[in-house]
This record gives sequence, structure tokens and C-alpha cells, in this order.
Amino acid sequence: MTEGQVVGSFVVPVHPHTVLAPEQNEGWQRLRDAFDIAAQTIKDLDADLLVIYSTTWPSIIGHQIQSDPNPEWVMVDHDFHDLGSIEYSFNIDQDFAHAWDDANRKRGLQSRCVNYKGFPIDVGSVVALTLLNPDNAIPAVIVSSNMYANRSETTVLAKSCLDVIKAQGRRAVAVTAMSLSNRMFTDFINPEEDKIHSLKDDEWNLKILEFLKQGRLEDVGQLSRTIQRQIRVQKVVAFKPMWWLSAMNGNRNDLSGEVLAYEPIHGAGGAVVSIDPTPSGAGDKEYDEDDVEYFHGERGVLDTIDESDDAEDVTVTEQASSGPGLWEPTQAEGSVNTDAAPKPVGAYPHARRVGNMLFLSGVGPRQPGTNAIPGGPIHDENGEPLDYDIEAQTHAVVNNVKRIVEEAGASMDQVVDVTTFLVDMKRDFKGYNDVWAETLGKIGPTRTTLAIDALPTPIAVEMKVIVHLGE
Amino acid sequence: MVKGKIVAGCIAPHPPHLVYAENPPQNEPVAEGGWEQLRWGYERLRASLADIEYDAIVVLSPHWQTYIGTHFLGLPHFQGLSVDPIFPNLFRYHYDLNIDVDLAKAIHDEAASAGLPVKMMENPDFRVDYGTITTGHLFNPEWDKPMVVLSSNRSTAYYSVEVMQEIMIELGRVTRRAIEASGKRVVVLASNSLSHRHFTTESEVPEDMSKEHITSHAMHLWDMRIIEYMRTGQAQRILDEMPEFTEQAIAESDGGGLSWLLSTLNVPDYPAVLHGYGTIIGTGNAVVEWPCHAHEEADE
Ligand SMILES: [Fe+2]
Repeated sequence: MTEGQVVGSFVVPVHPHTVLAPEQNEGWQRLRDAFDIAAQTIKDLDADLLVIYSTTWPSIIGHQIQSDPNPEWVMVDHDFHDLGSIEYSFNIDQDFAHAWDDANRKRGLQSRCVNYKGFPIDVGSVVALTLLNPDNAIPAVIVSSNMYANRSETTVLAKSCLDVIKAQGRRAVAVTAMSLSNRMFTDFINPEEDKIHSLKDDEWNLKILEFLKQGRLEDVGQLSRTIQRQIRVQKVVAFKPMWWLSAMNGNRNDLSGEVLAYEPIHGAGGAVVSIDPTPSGAGDKEYDEDDVEYFHGERGVLDTIDESDDAEDVTVTEQASSGPGLWEPTQAEGSVNTDAAPKPVGAYPHARRVGNMLFLSGVGPRQPGTNAIPGGPIHDENGEPLDYDIEAQTHAVVNNVKRIVEEAGASMDQVVDVTTFLVDMKRDFKGYNDVWAETLGKIGPTRTTLAIDALPTPIAVEMKVIVHLGE
Repeated sequence: MVKGKIVAGCIAPHPPHLVYAENPPQNEPVAEGGWEQLRWGYERLRASLADIEYDAIVVLSPHWQTYIGTHFLGLPHFQGLSVDPIFPNLFRYHYDLNIDVDLAKAIHDEAASAGLPVKMMENPDFRVDYGTITTGHLFNPEWDKPMVVLSSNRSTAYYSVEVMQEIMIELGRVTRRAIEASGKRVVVLASNSLSHRHFTTESEVPEDMSKEHITSHAMHLWDMRIIEYMRTGQAQRILDEMPEFTEQAIAESDGGGLSWLLSTLNVPDYPAVLHGYGTIIGTGNAVVEWPCHAHEEADE
């Protein structure tokens, strides 16, 4: 099996006019024609999966993924009900939906599948699937847009989707159902009067389309916050679809884009854009927001015990940019490695299983993906000492240990022995000991604490952990 | 003709959790209880109005969201299955409700002549939003009164709370005028929560009340402040503080229901009755009644 990939991406508009009333306005018809071209392109790409990220399906409890294999109903738009009804019957890839849901949770996201008869599939998804996949030949999957989600969460949502696309060897097409500027006229208009709501909206839309045409998808993603302020009705906290779509394409700026149509729909900016992953050769990033592999945010305020991440309001102050180089973990037999733990600073795995014992390499507080040190590094790039928070660092160590242990299919209560290294016993023992008491101390492994001269990165604490996996 | 009358105005929030927790035959999921304080609050509201006669229920729900003006359900009967797109695990309700189309049309026409953009919704395939269904069920589980259902215009998102409120105050005035002209006795419901910051996680058992609390202290303070204005007959202060409340408490009053209700009731200066308060996945919810029938006799 060859490794799966995103073979094409599309931006498509959400309102029902392109399905129900294209003949009423030349622009709507041009959008419809562009949809039809996009549908043909998808066929020609030999795609075997359509992934829809819809801005018209909001969620609150994490992200929701449609997993009803054949959702059927009649969709009527809340505003444009007089245009008529869209009957739908879609072909959803249930296995992919569940695999994505699992992958989401592996990367720290809240996620769930929904499979309920009569679930109201949102207008954006209904329009996209009706027109892009008219004979239901390609199995699809639909994901919601979380109301509170921000960049990191939305980026990680795409990465977990890619995990599954790769693992299943799929030829996927990624689609965002969205308006560009989404300000509509707030009064009823005749179809022939339709135009982009304002000159400012039009200019911004053209700017976005120009970027997309040049394949600068990541730049558009990194403009999301500005776009949200400039041309988006403030109904959600952020303009997210470009974060998702860019991450689905590896956060690149050297793609190839084609604008198939750009027209107003009741004042909002509707565009059909096709994005080809083939490198265009150009495209250095104009901006450089950090990449993120694993979602560490914790918006939950439920007091569940296993959510130790929310125990501390950690301050991530600096990237360990000046430290030793990072290595991919080694893969010898029995190795246990995870993207949810920081990359090694040498050729070793995160952990290694021997019989019913699991031995972890030394674990520090660095954060996976960003490499940042919660509580701050102990010295700056020139070796000048900095103030740091030993409790935050210790919490981060324990969380990293937990992720590795759980990746091995074990749980923290199976930890039997810990050796801790502190670089400043006098300053840090108490803080470290307090965090120990409320975390590992409750489980009860044996413990040895040593003072040492230095660790390879600017951290103050590291643990060496042994786990007994049971008989 | 007898002058029509608003017999009561209420805040009647619509978290699907309340219907879920009650296990009515119309709802598919099954619960072990939960959110009793609010459900009992609804019980007290129903008891309070049990002896008051009225012809119709007028409700504005923030989950029928329209960006172009205010829309009104415009067919006599709607029946179907309502699945909450956000909490489909809790709410899959088989509804069957009647619309007082004459009254809906009367409010529609009155609003149109006041220059507000309005539209009748006459597509028989339309699915009634879960906010209307939930409030409809909790307020009147027998479903034996016809309803008038108004959409929630999203002018807060488009413009600002101030613009929303101007529109909603005007919509309230025309609603009142149309009701009075209709000769009918009517209950008016604003279907919305107060503070509205949700948890983004759900406990294993959604009705686990040990996990339920207000999202933050600030939200609690806002809720109590607004409720205190209600209890002490200071509706005008609620309107005055609506921008701050809506923004800082992320309140569901952004949908306009509360402003519209207070305007429809002529910005009451008499105390409202608090029947219940509770949180639902962190949001603040109050069941509140303005017993207009006891305060506006002098008008007649
Ligand atoms: Fe709501």
C-alpha cells in the first residue's frame, strides 16, 4: 500500500442558491458551473475520500464527525427557505470517521462521532456533497467547526485526519465549506441586485483569492485573525477553515491554486477554488507562526482526576531554540514512541518494553511539537540564569511521562520506580516534592532524587521511570 | 372587539438537557435525571399560569438564526424529528405543534409596516429549531396551545448589541400592538440562557450533577445582577446594561430574545418572579415570569 495523501483541495461556498436557484442570477450560475468543474476534477483525481470541514456546523463539545453511513433527510435553509428544499442521501465513510475520531483523541483533542437518524446535516455540507459528489461515488466524511476552537486545535484536527489518510493509504480531497466575506445584506433583495456587500469586503476577498491563486495557503491561514476582524461577521471567535485546510496541505505556500469562480451570494463572498498540492516552486512563508503537533489546551472545567494538564496554569515562555538538536526516536524492538512526548536529544526511544517491564528514557518538561519549557528555561541562550517555575516544570515532566506510559498501553498506577535528577537541589527540592506528592506520590513508586550538575537542555528536572506492565 | 392582552412574559431557556433529563416519551435518549432545580422551576412556572386563560404562546428562539430580518413560522402545523446538532446524544425529539398563523401574520404585517425586514416561512419541509421545541415542551408539555414562532435575527453578530437592541425594541413594540389588536390573550416567551460560556467537555454521564457548576465567578455575578434587576422591577436597567452583559457574560441575550421580551412587556417596572436558576454545562439559566395579568388590569 502506498502512503495516503491529500490529492486536491477545494474551497466552496455554503449557501443553497447554487443548488436550488442558479438560473436566477448569472453569478450563482457561474458558481454552479465551477462546482461542476470541481466535481469533474475530483473524479479525474481518482479520489477515494472527500473530507468536508464545514463552517456551518458548529459544535461545543470538541469536534463532531458524522458517522452515519447513509444520512438522509430534507434540508431547508433557515434564511433561504423560500428557495426550496434539498433532499439528501449521502455516502459516509464510517470506518474513516471512527479512525479520525480515535486519532483526534491521540493528539489531545476532544472528539466524538455522531450517528443518529435524522441528524440535521448543515447547509454547507449538504451543498458541498450534493454538487461535488453528485452520484455519491466517493465516500465522504464531515467534521464540525468547534465554536471555541482556535488555531492550534484546528491545526491538530487536520493533522490527525492526515494520520488516518496516511495510515489507510487514501487519496483524499479536502474541502472547506465557507464564505470568504460572510456579511450578507440584512434585507431581502432581488436576485439581479446581488453584489458583494461592500468594497472593503470585495478587496479582501480578492486579496485572499490572489494568495490562493499563488498557492500561498499557509499565508492565508496565518492571516486568519486579520480576515476575521476585517470581513467576518463576529459570530464565532475565529476564522478557522484556512487553518484546517493549510494544515491538511502540510502548512505550505508552494501549492498551485486556481480560482474557478468568485461571486456574491446575497452579499457574501462565494468562491470555488481548486488547490493542487503539486509544488509550484515558489512560496517561502511570509509569516512564521509556530507549528503544533499536539493539542495541549484544556478548556474543560470538569474536575476529573485524569485531566492533570489543567492543574497548573503553565506559562510557556521560551522555545528551547538554542539547545541540542532534536532526533527522531529510535525504533529497536519493543520501542514505544509517541508524537505526544518531546523529541529525544539523541538516538534513543521514548521507552522500551522488555517482557512485562517498560523502561523510559529520561523525561524532561519540554513540550512536544513546540519544544517550549513550561515554567520557563533555567538560563538564556548566553547561559545567563533565568527565574523559572520548578512546579510547572515538574508538572510538565509528569504529564510527558503519562503520555509515554499511556502510549505503551499502560497507566500511571503501574509506575514502580522513579529516579529524579534536579540541577538545583537547594532551590527546587520543595517545589518538586510538592508536585510529586500530589501526582506520583499518590501512586506510590519508589523514588531516588539526585542533584546533578546539568541536563542537556535548559531544564531543572528530569525523571527516569520504570513501569511494571502486570503479569 | 376586546383588546388583546399579554397575560405573562417569561424567560424560558431551552437547553436540551432539561428535556433529556425528564425522559418524555417524545425524546429518544434516556437519562437518570439531572438539572432538577431548573426542571422544578419550569414546574412552578406552569403551576403559576395554570389558572390563567390564554390563547397562544409567542416564542423567540435563538436557534432559528436568520441573518435577513425576522421570520415567522407561517403554516398551521409542523411535525417531525428534531435532532440537536450540538447535543444529538441528548435530544432527538418527535414534535407535533400548531401555529397560530393569523397572529403570526398579524405581527409580521405590523413589523413590515414599521419598516422591519420580515418574512413568513411557508416551506412545509422546514425543521423547527430545537430551541423552540425545547421551550415549547418545557412550558407546555401538552402542546395544546398554538404557537407563534419568531426567528432570531443575528444583528448582534452583524453590527453590535446596541443595533440588535434597537431592532428588538421595535420588534417588541409591534409584537405588543399586534397582540392587542388581535383580541387574543397571549403568553410571550424569550427562549434564552443568561450567561452562556459552555464547557467544551462533557462528563461520561451527561447528567452527572457533581460536574455541574457555573463556568466562572464572573458569569455568576452577572447572572445574579440581571436576576436581581428582574426581581426588583428594574427592566430598564437590564436594557441599559445589555451591551456589557451580553459581551462579558457571552450571554445568549445576543439573540435578541430578552430585549424583545422586555419591550413587548412595555419594559415592566414591577417585580418578576424567579421560579428557578441553575447551570447547564456551565451556562447560567433562569426561569422567570413577569405576571402581567396581575399588574396591567388598570389598562382595561
Ligand atoms: Fe441556546
